[in-house]
Amino acid sequence: MNDNLVKIKDPVLSIRDLCVSYDKGKNAVDNVSADIKRNAVTAIMGPSGCGKSTMLRAINRMHELYENIETTGNLILNGKDIADMPTIQLRRKVGMVFQRPNPFPTMSIYDNVIAGFKLNGIRLKKNERNEIVERSLTDVTLWDEVKDTLHKKGSFLSGGQQQRLCIARALAFSPEVILLDEPTSALDPVATSKVEDLMVKLKENYSILMVTHNMSQAARISDYSMFMYLGELVEYGKTKDMFTNPKDRRTEEYLTGKFG
Amino acid sequence: MSTSAKIMVDNLGRRTVKDKLFKGLVALLSVVTISPIVLIIYELVAKGIKQISFDFIIKTPPDTFEAMTALSNGELIPGGIANGITGTLLMVVLASVIAIPVGVITGIYLYENPGKFLANLTRNVSDILQGVPSIVLGLIAYMWIVKPITSGFSALAGSVSLSIMMLPMIVRSTEETLKMIPQTIKEAALALGVPYYKVILRVLIPTSFSGLLTGILLGISRVLGETAPLMLTALGSTIINLDITKPTSAVPLLIWEFYNDPNMVDLIWSSSLFLMAMVLTLNLVSKRIVARTK
Ligand SMILES: Nc1ncnc2c1ncn2[C@@H]1O[C@H](COP(=O)(O)OP(=O)(O)OP(=O)(O)O)[C@@H](O)[C@H]1O
Ligand SMILES: [Mg+2]
Repeated sequence: MNDNLVKIKDPVLSIRDLCVSYDKGKNAVDNVSADIKRNAVTAIMGPSGCGKSTMLRAINRMHELYENIETTGNLILNGKDIADMPTIQLRRKVGMVFQRPNPFPTMSIYDNVIAGFKLNGIRLKKNERNEIVERSLTDVTLWDEVKDTLHKKGSFLSGGQQQRLCIARALAFSPEVILLDEPTSALDPVATSKVEDLMVKLKENYSILMVTHNMSQAARISDYSMFMYLGELVEYGKTKDMFTNPKDRRTEEYLTGKFG
Repeated sequence: MSTSAKIMVDNLGRRTVKDKLFKGLVALLSVVTISPIVLIIYELVAKGIKQISFDFIIKTPPDTFEAMTALSNGELIPGGIANGITGTLLMVVLASVIAIPVGVITGIYLYENPGKFLANLTRNVSDILQGVPSIVLGLIAYMWIVKPITSGFSALAGSVSLSIMMLPMIVRSTEETLKMIPQTIKEAALALGVPYYKVILRVLIPTSFSGLLTGILLGISRVLGETAPLMLTALGSTIINLDITKPTSAVPLLIWEFYNDPNMVDLIWSSSLFLMAMVLTLNLVSKRIVARTK
């Protein structure tokens, strides 16, 4: 679908002919090509099961863990094919927040935030650590809630708090690209709007790719939007254009809530 | 009261009786289950406690003559089971040193390669190993170690036979506890760019730590009381021996020796009490660890 290939100068990531299949012959992501803008928020929308998570997980090569999953096509990060990078290096550049919160159950809240450093054996001074923990938790509006219980296990938090902890964990490691899979689905409106503000702020230094089911959220904070359907990238463009003047009938129906 | 309401009340009465009967039955069966262990402990304490003292832990057993003299004077039998305690500790520690790394690494391998031919083979062989009679493992250690390596009965041979007994339990518990960790935890670590071996060492193993430890402690408490394989390997010794190439005593071996000497009967009970206390302590400790890490 090369007509979808919006012209974007110096993209942070270029997706080319990406296909991912869980079972042979059935593509969960079907021949997607797109350029992702640097220092911007790109939203990925589409009905449940259309392959949003699958595409996101392809970008940090999570699928390689599973033998049944087949990935073809190319993903070019800053001009380099990610297939040629060591996965370790790639994943440090491309942070990921998963659809379901997954804090490390044996670690305290504090250690969860700096897990990227700890697990990779990167030594930090105590005040550096404290600073990273406080800044990351403040960014995700969790600091006030947990500052007195930093050394309790992260798994004692509520679902929404765990989700914010996982965002903080990804931020603490300062990746270049942040992949977020429905980061606010478990959050209340106040926390959601704070996380949204955070993303707008973060895009000065990071490139953000975010799956969301919340269309007004996409409209509020994203610069570019993708609409996927049955594994295909149906429409891709500036969020403003897509919301005011969708080109594809399916996009229009989805955005106006008539879909399915 | 209308008839239908009356029937319901009657019915309720009958159901309450049934409920009570069932609860009573469950309670009764629980008592039946715990009574053997209570009776065992009662018996061991009643017959063995009088011999337990500090000497019992730090002295070696008396010879038959000393025991006979004490008995005829109506005194307690002198001496203790220090050689057995040190021997048991020596052999169990050595067996653990052999079995834990091999078992944990094998368990990780099975977890990582679920469908592979070699993994399935290993899992099946490990299950079969669990069913091999312990005396056969003693024979094997005799053939492998006693004859060619230590040219005589030795603690090393005893440890090898015990470690083979522990191995399948550790392999199984490692694989099973790792399997219980959600895949998402592994993904979380990998997504932070953590190399695979560090994910295993620093995320998967700590997360399943209590399960691993329970498996190991249960394995240890299983072999703590083993007698048959040690008869063919460590043999026994009247002195405290810490040389792994020499014959060595063990608490269960001593119990067997005391059994064969009519003058030492009292020591059977105190030694059994001691062994039982060790096993129970291990069990309780492993329970505590599980409770604390949860
Ligand atoms: N582990 C898996 N094994 C087999 N099929 C899968 C697996 N994960 C996803 N799929 C299938 O791939 C397709 C895309 O799934 P994906 O999770 O990417 O959807 P999604 O767009 O993220 O949906 P949602 O909005 O519900 O999260 C679906 O048809 C789904 O059934
Ligand atoms: Mg999804």
